Amino acid sequence: MSNECKVDCGRRRLVVATAAVGGVGAIAALVPFLSSMLPSERAKAAGAPVEVEIGTLEPGQMMTVEWRGKPVWIISRTPQMLETLPKLNDSMADPKSEKNMQPDYCRNEVRSIKPEIMVAVGICTHLGCSPSAKFKPGADEGMDSNWLGGFLCPCHGSTFDFAGRVFKNKPAPDNLEVPPHMYLSDKRILIGEDKKGA
Amino acid sequence: MAANTNFEKYKSDGSLQGNLLEWFDARFPATSMWRGHLSEYYAPKNFNFWYFFGSLAMLVLVIQILTGIFLVMHYKPDASLNANGIPVAFASVEYIMRDVPWGWLIRYMHSTGASAFFVVVYLHMFRGMLYGSYRQPRELVWIFGTLIFLCLMAEAFMGYLLPWGQMSFWGAQVIVNLFSAIPLIGEPLSIWIRGDFVVGDATLNRFFAFHVIAVPLVLLGLVAAHILALHEVGSNNPDGVEIKKRKDVHGNPLDGIPFHPYYSVKDIVGVVVFLMVFSIIVFFAPEGGGYFLEYNNFLPADPLKTPLHIAPVWYFTPYYSLLRAMVWPLFGIDAKFWGVVAMGAGVVILAFLPWLDRSPVKSIRYRGPIFKTLLTLFVISFFLLGFLGTQPPSYAFFGVIPSAPVAQVLSAYYFLYFLTMPWWSRIDKYKPEPDRVTM
Amino acid sequence: MKKLLTALLFAPAVALAAGAAVHLDKAPDVQNDQAALQSGARTFVNYCLNCHGASFVRYNRLTELGLTEQQVKENLMFTADKIGEAMRVAARPEEQKVWLGAAPPDLSLVARARASADGSGADWLYTYLRSFYVDDKRPTGWNNTLFANVGMPHVLWQLQGQQVLNKEHKLELAVPGTLSPAEYDKVVGDLVGFMVWLAEPDAGFRKRVGLGVLAFLVVLFGFAYAMKKQFWKDIK
Repeated sequence: MSNECKVDCGRRRLVVATAAVGGVGAIAALVPFLSSMLPSERAKAAGAPVEVEIGTLEPGQMMTVEWRGKPVWIISRTPQMLETLPKLNDSMADPKSEKNMQPDYCRNEVRSIKPEIMVAVGICTHLGCSPSAKFKPGADEGMDSNWLGGFLCPCHGSTFDFAGRVFKNKPAPDNLEVPPHMYLSDKRILIGEDKKGA
Repeated sequence: MAANTNFEKYKSDGSLQGNLLEWFDARFPATSMWRGHLSEYYAPKNFNFWYFFGSLAMLVLVIQILTGIFLVMHYKPDASLNANGIPVAFASVEYIMRDVPWGWLIRYMHSTGASAFFVVVYLHMFRGMLYGSYRQPRELVWIFGTLIFLCLMAEAFMGYLLPWGQMSFWGAQVIVNLFSAIPLIGEPLSIWIRGDFVVGDATLNRFFAFHVIAVPLVLLGLVAAHILALHEVGSNNPDGVEIKKRKDVHGNPLDGIPFHPYYSVKDIVGVVVFLMVFSIIVFFAPEGGGYFLEYNNFLPADPLKTPLHIAPVWYFTPYYSLLRAMVWPLFGIDAKFWGVVAMGAGVVILAFLPWLDRSPVKSIRYRGPIFKTLLTLFVISFFLLGFLGTQPPSYAFFGVIPSAPVAQVLSAYYFLYFLTMPWWSRIDKYKPEPDRVTM
Repeated sequence: MKKLLTALLFAPAVALAAGAAVHLDKAPDVQNDQAALQSGARTFVNYCLNCHGASFVRYNRLTELGLTEQQVKENLMFTADKIGEAMRVAARPEEQKVWLGAAPPDLSLVARARASADGSGADWLYTYLRSFYVDDKRPTGWNNTLFANVGMPHVLWQLQGQQVLNKEHKLELAVPGTLSPAEYDKVVGDLVGFMVWLAEPDAGFRKRVGLGVLAFLVVLFGFAYAMKKQFWKDIK
């Protein structure tokens, strides 16, 4: 009996050791395969920060640029547009931008670095449609008569104000995302990169 | 050994795990498959070095499928030119090599795997010829094997087009044009295969479809059939004697040992050694001296410029030599046609080995001098045919002996070896086989 | 028989060596010399990239030669705005076809494509770039002893000077250039080294990974072999 155990114990020890070493190898071999599914150099280059010239953007207008394949809006807000924001606080799902949908330097009343320039990713936080601009107050653009201006997502009817904040009781759960960005000069913005806290 | 299909079903010991296993085993032949094919599949205990290559072929198949899946995620079968004037398919391979994280490793594993596949399969086939593994009752195992070899050639040929380099393009052009040699239907047939008048985008797309799904499916089915047939009749061994003739009181062969754990642990050693050789090539010589990745294939396909010298990848070259050796028209049909016939017959004739060999013994250990001499000559001529296939037809040995007549003699020998086998295998001397295997 | 088989295995190598008709000069190996690769990169963007692209290579890869992104942007990046972009030619391939008769080939892989039984791709390039000579019969005024009637003019002639074919059909420097022959060889050697790097930037990394993998397999072999021995003890 004792002789048998001796053989078996030796075997078991070697099987466990070989399986352990082989297992480490197998896991290591998984790394290249799984990493090959990460964004490639091409995707990274395409997702590189985008420089935008905003000198020609008129007040009250918006422009759309592509960053990482997503539309990024740059909205030049007029004082009238900015005035609507505090009025809407009570109808907003997250009026104080408490959820992490913006960099810290944009966690403020107007959700931007400079009040007059709003930068946001134009993708509805519900299911990913791109909302359309409904800047005219009132019912002119098919909105309610008490509409103050903002955005409407055509897919499921979520509405957002001029700071990209989502209205309460709409399908979209969160405010529009504000991408990391910084001012290279007064008229140039770099989207996709920031000097932390700048 | 012949799989005993009456294995008892798993009985639970009352634990949750045991109950689950019992439930599963009652509905699925888990226990019987495990025991029939592994833990109670009795294999001869005297397997030698040559018996590693079957399990290694299996390993390479897994490597190819796995790396292939991940390559398909990034590869694009598209012959149109990108903004830089380079075919999209060619550029997507370089994209894998440079932009995809670890893509170079996956691609080199796949390209080295293709050559490794043929190395192990050729050695595996040669093992069968050494020890008469194709003889009764293993004829079907051998025939399934021949079909696997054919499938592998189709798979490799179509896969080689995908990088869309110069050799990919012109190699495919030459081989597809061979079909046009078939009388009457040849021309429309080759157009049908290409889907165009030259090898083009349509060809690339259909070869891609065949390479990634159609042929692999057939290949997997054939491999399953190969193994099932083997486990039905049991493995041969270097002595060529049937271990089933002598059994112990339990009905197990005296000279057999359970495949698992004995051969599973042995094959693991073989796998590790293989992986060392494989890694040396993948990491230090992925081009294999221009034999695994041909230098001209680093140039994008250019339908207007043929490279000076087109040679198929090394594993096709013996058969390519057979094809080139046919230079005489016969029965009013072009020599080109007979070249195709020779190449095809060179593979198909293997399937008839079980009936061509009439020796009373199976293994080279007990066979006579005629077999040993002729087999040695066969190996030499196969190597030489392979070498000549990599060379231009103008090649001359030592600069003086023209290669074309040499290739013709060697090709004739290739066929005569098989065709005259019924005669010489019968008259050859032999030693009596032992009763039991020798270690 | 074993000897015979070994002989056969090496037969191709011997035969190829015997058949080598073209003599190629051996290019220096500078893969571990960052300064040389950087100087090669400079020569490449200043002389080659005007007509040839290296469209599989992104500029940010050049940081692997020991340069910062800023250095690459300022000194090497003339045909792109963003560091992640490929090393393209300024002209489009269709336009080049019109201007030059044929679009000059992309050079990303040239060091691999030019390898042959005669020598490595590096040797070919190193010989080629030093084999131009003046030939009035050619539209460009240049010919090449390695690549007869080549379409490309001698772009580096100011550095090398003008070679001519003498009576023995050997190259001879007729008009010296701004560099001495030794300096010129160094410039070409660095340039070729850079093109070798360009053909497979991951080659160095690949070999390092390979050493790790092999070391691991040796350990695994030890365990696997011991396990096999242990199990096979009872098989007689």
